[in-house]
Amino acid sequence: MTELKDKDQQAIIQLKDLSIFYGDNQAVNKINLDFYKNKVTAIIGPSGCGKSTVLRSINRMNDFIDILHTKGEVVYENQNILDKNLDPTRLRRDIGMVFQRPNPFPKSIYNNIIWGPKINGFLKNPDELVEKSLRRAALWDEVKDRLHDSALGLSGGQQQRLCIARTVAMNPSVILMDEPCSALDPKATIRIENLIDELKDDYTILIVTHNMQQAARVSDYTAFLYEGELVEFGETDGLFTNPVEKQTEDYITGRFG
Amino acid sequence: MSLSRSQKNSLFKFSCQAVTAISLLVLVVLLYHIMKEGFAYLNFDFLNHFPSRRPSRAGIKSALFGSLWIMGLTAMIAIPVGVCTALFLEEYTNRKNKWVKLVELNISNLAGVPSIVYGLLGLTVFVRFLGMDRSLIAGALTLSLLILPVIVVTTQGALRAVPDAIRYGAYALGARRYHVVFGQVLPAAIPGIMTGVILSMSRAIGESAPLIMVGALSFVAFTPESITDPFTVLPVQIYNWVGRPQEAFHGLAAAGIIVLLAVLFTFNIIAVFIREKFQRYKND
Repeated sequence: MTELKDKDQQAIIQLKDLSIFYGDNQAVNKINLDFYKNKVTAIIGPSGCGKSTVLRSINRMNDFIDILHTKGEVVYENQNILDKNLDPTRLRRDIGMVFQRPNPFPKSIYNNIIWGPKINGFLKNPDELVEKSLRRAALWDEVKDRLHDSALGLSGGQQQRLCIARTVAMNPSVILMDEPCSALDPKATIRIENLIDELKDDYTILIVTHNMQQAARVSDYTAFLYEGELVEFGETDGLFTNPVEKQTEDYITGRFG
Repeated sequence: MSLSRSQKNSLFKFSCQAVTAISLLVLVVLLYHIMKEGFAYLNFDFLNHFPSRRPSRAGIKSALFGSLWIMGLTAMIAIPVGVCTALFLEEYTNRKNKWVKLVELNISNLAGVPSIVYGLLGLTVFVRFLGMDRSLIAGALTLSLLILPVIVVTTQGALRAVPDAIRYGAYALGARRYHVVFGQVLPAAIPGIMTGVILSMSRAIGESAPLIMVGALSFVAFTPESITDPFTVLPVQIYNWVGRPQEAFHGLAAAGIIVLLAVLFTFNIIAVFIREKFQRYKND
């Protein structure tokens, strides 16, 4: 593995010997990985390498897959969040998620933003929260005159930024993004990428992507997964220009994938 | 003879148009007949009089009120019970469980049971066993049983049509199942649920057999005051008039049918209104 320059970076989430199984089929094999605070970490790898599975274990979204089980630990704030006694709903308030396809609720733009804070009982000043969250997601100017229109009337890229705004409204510490641009056109993709760059001042971002250029553009650190194994982890610049492992080099130069 | 693809296309389109036209025509003829026969008898006195042996003084007041009571009570019983049953089956149980499958199979089968059987059940259980006698509540409970399967099945379909992405999106914001079900899934499913409600309530308002079974009277000279009062309903009254030999009563029956259709139409308008209100955010 490449040496990390910032040795004093603070790890906010640590994967410790994380293995994930779909039934008898092992999808992820003993991954050890640290995600650093206020940094963007990209998880790259070919389809089926387990990158989304790893991401979804961090906010316990894997709980919804019956046949899936997990070994090892995911440590966040000094506790193993995979612990069965831990309440995943509390965890998800802190660790937000943006999905592969934009999934706004069939409600107004306004209600999409305030729904999370409302059900979690900390909604105080809704108008202010809506404006702040939409500004944060670079969507305010486009929708400020139609906040009470249906969110489904927005374009795909706008919908995805609305989903980011909705996540930001919860004031999480970590935002997980599962291939957030894969359903978007290049223009919308650029906007989301710029947004990610702005958001990292306040949030730690973990992004799964199959697009290596995207990983190179937006991330500070990159982890390369192949067939459920962590092949290489390091600073993005180093990993892309000077990979240590042969497999990483083959993948990023497009020899397979 | 072999047809080109565009000929087949036109042929199919024409057949569809023809079939639609035929069913519309039947409806129009039916309505025309009823209107022609009944319109003369339709006035305020008809609505405001109780039944009488003399056609000139006979009215539909008790049956109209009875039907409104029955519809209101049935809606209040069947909609919450049916929707909650569907919510439980769809959102709170594992669909692969064989007991769940068995329950679902039975509910679908119940939707096909003849209404007279529900009448017998109502007579045995509500009227006799529970001692409700020939009351509005016994009738409403019987009709509720009758339409419950349809409401459950259509509600299940509406819930299933809500994409999982919405559920996951809600969970990812720290929602509990309660919030997901009542804050996201149910509102998104309401247009579909209302369709089921319209269908089943339309069926309930036209039913006479099970209500005759539980004791709807054919001569009621008062309006019900409480749910334990005896009653009659529009279809029973209409049936009673149709069976009389005097020509004038047939006209009254036709007028009764117009009233029945008007009530049905009003109920549907309300349901469509609710559906549109919730549809607003679905597609802009």
